[in-house]
Amino acid sequence: MKKMIISVILVAGIAAILQSQSTSTSSKARGKEVYARYCLTCHQADGGGVPRMNPPLTQTEYVNGNKQRLIGIVLNGMNIPLEINGDSYENPMASHAFLKDQQIADVLTYVRSSFGNKSTAITAEEVKAVRAKNK
Amino acid sequence: MKLTTLIFVFSATLGSCMAQQSDVSIKTPDGFTTTTVAANFGRVRHIAMNSNGDLYMKLERLSKGCGIVRLRDTNKDGVMDDTLSFGNYVGTGIAIKNGYLYASNNSSVFRYPLNNSKLGIDTAGVQRIVTGLWDKRQHNSKSIALDNAGNIYVNIGAPSNVCQEQDRQRKSKGRTPCPILDSAGGIWQFKVDKLNQSYADGIRYATGIRNCVGLDWNNEVNELFVTVHGRDELYQSYPEYYDQKSGAELPSETMYMVKKGDDCGWPYVHWDHLQNKKILNPEFGGDRVKTGADNAISPLVGFPGHLAPNALLIYSGNQFPAKYKNGAFIAFHGSWNRSPEPQEGFYVVFVPMKNGKPTGKWEVFANGFAGMETVVNLSAAKHRPCGLAQGADGSLYVSDDSKGYVWKISYKN
Ligand code: HEC
Repeated sequence: MKKMIISVILVAGIAAILQSQSTSTSSKARGKEVYARYCLTCHQADGGGVPRMNPPLTQTEYVNGNKQRLIGIVLNGMNIPLEINGDSYENPMASHAFLKDQQIADVLTYVRSSFGNKSTAITAEEVKAVRAKNK
Repeated sequence: MKLTTLIFVFSATLGSCMAQQSDVSIKTPDGFTTTTVAANFGRVRHIAMNSNGDLYMKLERLSKGCGIVRLRDTNKDGVMDDTLSFGNYVGTGIAIKNGYLYASNNSSVFRYPLNNSKLGIDTAGVQRIVTGLWDKRQHNSKSIALDNAGNIYVNIGAPSNVCQEQDRQRKSKGRTPCPILDSAGGIWQFKVDKLNQSYADGIRYATGIRNCVGLDWNNEVNELFVTVHGRDELYQSYPEYYDQKSGAELPSETMYMVKKGDDCGWPYVHWDHLQNKKILNPEFGGDRVKTGADNAISPLVGFPGHLAPNALLIYSGNQFPAKYKNGAFIAFHGSWNRSPEPQEGFYVVFVPMKNGKPTGKWEVFANGFAGMETVVNLSAAKHRPCGLAQGADGSLYVSDDSKGYVWKISYKN
């Protein structure tokens, strides 16, 4: 009996893990499409960016650091003197607040797990919370 | 087709001489040879050659605290073996005229007396002649050119894509009149020998120029010539009028002859080389068909979109075959905003001209700087042509702001 309970818990646990993995995998897949449509021209397909103008998304502290700040960049855009690895980037990034919470979560999940980045996923709830505070 | 030959170069980062082979082969028309004269100097933007053979490079990122590097071939064996670094500011513009070196940062222009001393230049004699120009990040590099009447021309790029209410925001409307044009989006003229001039002391020489990184004085016709970067994001912002392919091809990059008072039409119109027309920008009610800005002049040449013409040189030398005399060399930096289409550019183009007017179609003159056939991601391109200079012997020099190379292209009969 005890054994059965353990295995039931185990199966449920594995299912939950699989479930969350598949949501983040499909979130990443959807995020790739959002990226292609709304971010790729400026930040390039490999996330390498454009010297002097648009910064790379490869292993930057903005991408892999504080999630709230990262979500804020997509919601509000960014126009501050920016230096990454000794090079400065001079273009502004417009607000992408027109994207839905889920789209922003997806694209940031994609960015945080691509181009050599290995950071955790971002959820629509997290985006929603930042958007609410923004107002 | 010529391969870049083995050259000696020295590296600013290593600070020592070393033999090095170019990592790309540069293709030029028959009879031309290319050698690498400098490598690994970092972000080398524009370059200028003194009559004594000293090559001055303006850096966009400080190297050992300096933003200008002078290279010299002391024993005239074809190898630059002596460096001098000075100027503690980054920037793009550099030019030589009547015994002075002129160099810019993103808001000012400085000049230094050239001389016959051991160093070749009086770096302590630096004078700030222009100051307080807009540096609002986007398009802030200040390219310069000089005429024969004691004037300097400075590009003040518009800190904007197309003067929208909200820059680069999809569907944000354009502003009429565009308030940016009072202080940027044009070429300003200043005196070469007056200190600390700013807007009030200068003249807005030409307007409606989004960002002109290449400019040169054409001595044959005694007029200013410029190459202009066209707007971005036609396809991304207006997919109802532009598809992926036409958004990559349009708008044109352009070359103009600009006279005092000319207007090139930005932000209201862009040039469309497929229709040969000034097309109204969608942010101002355009639909890819409607034309606009009747008062604006038309360019001499419209090139494919986004190639980024970063340097212009009107060739006045005698070394190259006759067809090159008084024509225009243009260094194309290479695109990024043709994505998701492959990138294009990364080459030096030639436009044959006589009396300041093109006499034939433009052609790619030197190619191969990217080191690959097709560039998909900009970061993969090995080099990006950014500056041009003409040597006293008529050779053409090309600089690269990706890895800091300089190539010399010569013609042998
Ligand atoms: C119009 C070009 C453009 C588009 C489109 C664009 N960005 Fe940016 N992005 C920039 C620029 C320019 C900056 C730097 C702004 C600054 O210096 O203040 C930037 C900064 C960033 C940063 C922080 C800096 C870094 O490199 O880590 C992140 C993260 C980012 N963008 C992600 C995105 C995502 C995700 C999208 C798509 C939803 C996107 N961007 C769309 C141009 C763009």
